[in-house]
Amino acid sequence: MKRRDFIYLSGLGAGALMLPGLPSLGNPIDQSAALESVDVRIKKELADAALNAARAKGASYADVRIGRYLNQAIITRENRVLNVGSGESYGVGIRVLANGCWGFAATNDMTKEGMAKTAAKAVAVAKANAKIGGKPVELAPQKGYGEVSWKTPIEKNAFEVPIKEKVDLLLNANGIAMGAGASFVNSILFAVNEQKYFASTDGSYIDQDVHRIYPTFTISKVNQELGSFESIRGSSSPKGLGYEYLNASEAEKVPGIVTRYKNRYDLLEDVKQMSRVATEKVTSKSVEPGKYDLVLDPSHLWLTIHESVGHPTELDRVLGYEANYAGTSFLTLDKWRSKTFKFGSEHVNIVGDKLQYGSLGAVGYDDEGVKCGKWDIIKDGILVNYQAIRDQAHIIGLKESQGCCYAQSWSDVQFQRMPNVSLQPGKTPLSVDDMIKNVEKGVYIIGDGSFSIDQQRYNFQFGGQMFYEIKEGKIVGMLNDVAYQANTQEFWNSCAAVCDERDYRMGGSFNDGKGQPSQSSAVSHGASTTLFKGVNVINTKRKIG
Amino acid sequence: MPILSKEEAQVLLKKVLGYSKAEECEVSLYGSEGGNIRYALNAVSTAGDISTTGLSVTSAYGKKSASANIDEFDDAALERVVRRSEELAQLAPENPEREEIPGPATFKESITYNAKTAAMTPDTRAELVSKSLDVTKKAGLSAAGFIENSTSFNAVMNSKGFFAYNKSSDVIFSVTTRNEAGTASGYAARGFTDVSKLDTESATRIATMKANKSLGAKALEPGKYTVILEPVAATYMMENMFRFDARSAEEGRSFLSKKGGGTRLGEQLMDEKVTIYSDPFNPDLPSSTWGRDGLPREKVVWIDKGKVNTLSYSKFWAKKKGVAPQPGPGNIIMMGGDSTLEEMIKSTEKGILVSRLWYIRMVDPKVLLLTGLTRDGTFYIENGEIKYPVKNFRFNESPIIMLNNLEALGKAERSISVESYQSYMIPPMKIRDFTFSSLSDAV
Repeated sequence: MKRRDFIYLSGLGAGALMLPGLPSLGNPIDQSAALESVDVRIKKELADAALNAARAKGASYADVRIGRYLNQAIITRENRVLNVGSGESYGVGIRVLANGCWGFAATNDMTKEGMAKTAAKAVAVAKANAKIGGKPVELAPQKGYGEVSWKTPIEKNAFEVPIKEKVDLLLNANGIAMGAGASFVNSILFAVNEQKYFASTDGSYIDQDVHRIYPTFTISKVNQELGSFESIRGSSSPKGLGYEYLNASEAEKVPGIVTRYKNRYDLLEDVKQMSRVATEKVTSKSVEPGKYDLVLDPSHLWLTIHESVGHPTELDRVLGYEANYAGTSFLTLDKWRSKTFKFGSEHVNIVGDKLQYGSLGAVGYDDEGVKCGKWDIIKDGILVNYQAIRDQAHIIGLKESQGCCYAQSWSDVQFQRMPNVSLQPGKTPLSVDDMIKNVEKGVYIIGDGSFSIDQQRYNFQFGGQMFYEIKEGKIVGMLNDVAYQANTQEFWNSCAAVCDERDYRMGGSFNDGKGQPSQSSAVSHGASTTLFKGVNVINTKRKIG
Repeated sequence: MPILSKEEAQVLLKKVLGYSKAEECEVSLYGSEGGNIRYALNAVSTAGDISTTGLSVTSAYGKKSASANIDEFDDAALERVVRRSEELAQLAPENPEREEIPGPATFKESITYNAKTAAMTPDTRAELVSKSLDVTKKAGLSAAGFIENSTSFNAVMNSKGFFAYNKSSDVIFSVTTRNEAGTASGYAARGFTDVSKLDTESATRIATMKANKSLGAKALEPGKYTVILEPVAATYMMENMFRFDARSAEEGRSFLSKKGGGTRLGEQLMDEKVTIYSDPFNPDLPSSTWGRDGLPREKVVWIDKGKVNTLSYSKFWAKKKGVAPQPGPGNIIMMGGDSTLEEMIKSTEKGILVSRLWYIRMVDPKVLLLTGLTRDGTFYIENGEIKYPVKNFRFNESPIIMLNNLEALGKAERSISVESYQSYMIPPMKIRDFTFSSLSDAV
């Protein structure tokens, strides 16, 4: 680490805590400190102090999560750096079972005394809540793994890259956009490193080092005379990768009407093409509402998968644990038990996968010490499984958890969060061009836009970034004001074709909210370009005053 | 340690400033403590108790500044954080938008703190949850709910003699009641500064009543309807509008941007029944008496009888535009009218009563076009009476268009946005021609 490089710009970190939308940015720190991890022996001693104290106070089970969470956000606008925030959050969350009920407490007092006190508080919370009644918690058995570790397979730690290099990249991108006629441009680079240590009374001591990265920009074009404006975002996706994601590679590019990217991203090239697209969008025609065949690029479809497949197959939602906030699910247990519930057409094969390379949700072990894996959720269109954690596994007859437990920080309790949920590519060779050739009246949608779905995940509406009109097998121009509405089951049953694995890419959510208090998690969704027949498209253009 | 008094905060902040050698130094201190219970299927699912304290030091040399934070409070740690912020500030590039720190100022004492709320314990929370569960168990329904209390303080002192302190406490509660078959659902939400006003039993009774009445919902055709939005629904619909920022309007990227440039300040943007203001001394929804840039907060009318009356200006933007700076709102209160909910229903020939809205997202920021859905109690009104429950709708509507179609307002009450958990004072309202675009089978 070159300390001087850090100091060059890290002074701009002033006020980083105030950044909206960065709830877990934590305390600004010296970048050199970000590269020093806590000694695993110290973490084990602290964890043992907590586990012993919990047992002594009457816990029948306890787990300890010592977390050091590093975040960095570099925020620029036109030719200015608005902020560089490098943050650290370090502390422990202790979860216990006492009198059959969960209790949780957290502290940043990282001493053995702090551990004991917090463990006692967690047990007191459990005992107070046990008086309310309810079914005792039933935990799926989990063997202890002893001392093990896992690390995101990165090539270059984003926290090691001098801030000046990152700032120069973003300002260079902004310069290209302004030179191409943008009214405004904002670009941001987020980097996250979760150093997580998990220990439990089952005998696991798991040390993990998880990395994520997200470069993004928004170009705005304002027409002051008309009092209107259009904005368009870049084509990048957040990834579970290191800084190597920004090393552009021809092999990872997907050519087409716009170039899209797999596990390597060309920021400067993308700014150029999005500047062109923003200009085209301003003069594009407003869509005629009606039924269209939709050709959905993975950069768009990931969000539809997330909302209409990922969330309704969360077992806690199915059971009613999210009823007060995000809602329940139409995929009730009877539908799963029937083994015949036709969620989608035969082209629809969807898996949960916690290990996928480059994905945001990739970890070796989840936040209750369960080794992660891959499983079918929708098989040939039929609902075959959910996503579960330890205290739910018995409900769907599993002998062990599927490893879907996660907490956004040490100070939040872990609960069920979705794994990477992805649509599998088609088995028959099919390119995007061949798919479009067979569409008479359609819209090709690239990039994610506005999104909304009901509390049981039936009725949804999605927008996008770029909309291209397809007529008689050809793209004929750009459209504006497009959104489509459908019912989840009808939509997935209208799936007519999925391109093959050559087109497979992942999109993802860097901050997916769920729970009370709400927590965010990061998760990826893979797909190849997919065709849906006869979907209802609406026009969203409105006027005020 | 998490909650320091004004005097304790002053002592600590003076000590930190004593270490400073920068041209300007500003220190802020903050702490919070509180807890929560989340319950579902009539039992606790998760619960937590969390406390945190932190200190942030900003040092500046002209237009160059930098911050550093710590959560340790021994003398060595305090001096270390000051030195670190100075070292970074000296090497930072200039920020053209940096303004000088403010000098001494006096602020009125806020009324945001309540000792009873601050004294809540895991047992207090458990008791409030038990009262809620007693209602749903007796009704044969299943409850999923959430209660959270928090007490926090923040204090700022700088090298020019500025000092400001605020302490606040809040409790929020919400509950969804559903039948076992999953064919009925009701909801209630409450938020208070003073926990003694929180009656979880009566709130749960309302949610239970809504669930029972929502059984057997019928499908209606989507289209334009007169709607009566209860405060929870109106709140969530309108909170996207409460950004009265001058800069984005003047830059041309806001619904408050004017054709040809400038802002819509002074324009009649909505019905004259609409008046929206902020007031730190509203007893039902108090806020801090000072805001960003160290500016005092007073009562400010943002929308006056439908006209855009005031926009917020940061110190930097105000100086650039030659106007006085205006901090953004610390709370939002919409003036109510004299109709009761019952009167609104009685005066409706055909319409929809909406209890709660859900998953609202921006479709087009130019006009604040939003989409979202109704949820947990949607009823058809005909000839002045609630006739039957109806299936939920998706809407595509702008709060600006909606507030131009305003027919009547009830009394403003404190309510919570179902997603941001921000509290507002919002009245129930009757709106004509509200656009429902499709139906949802979700319960």
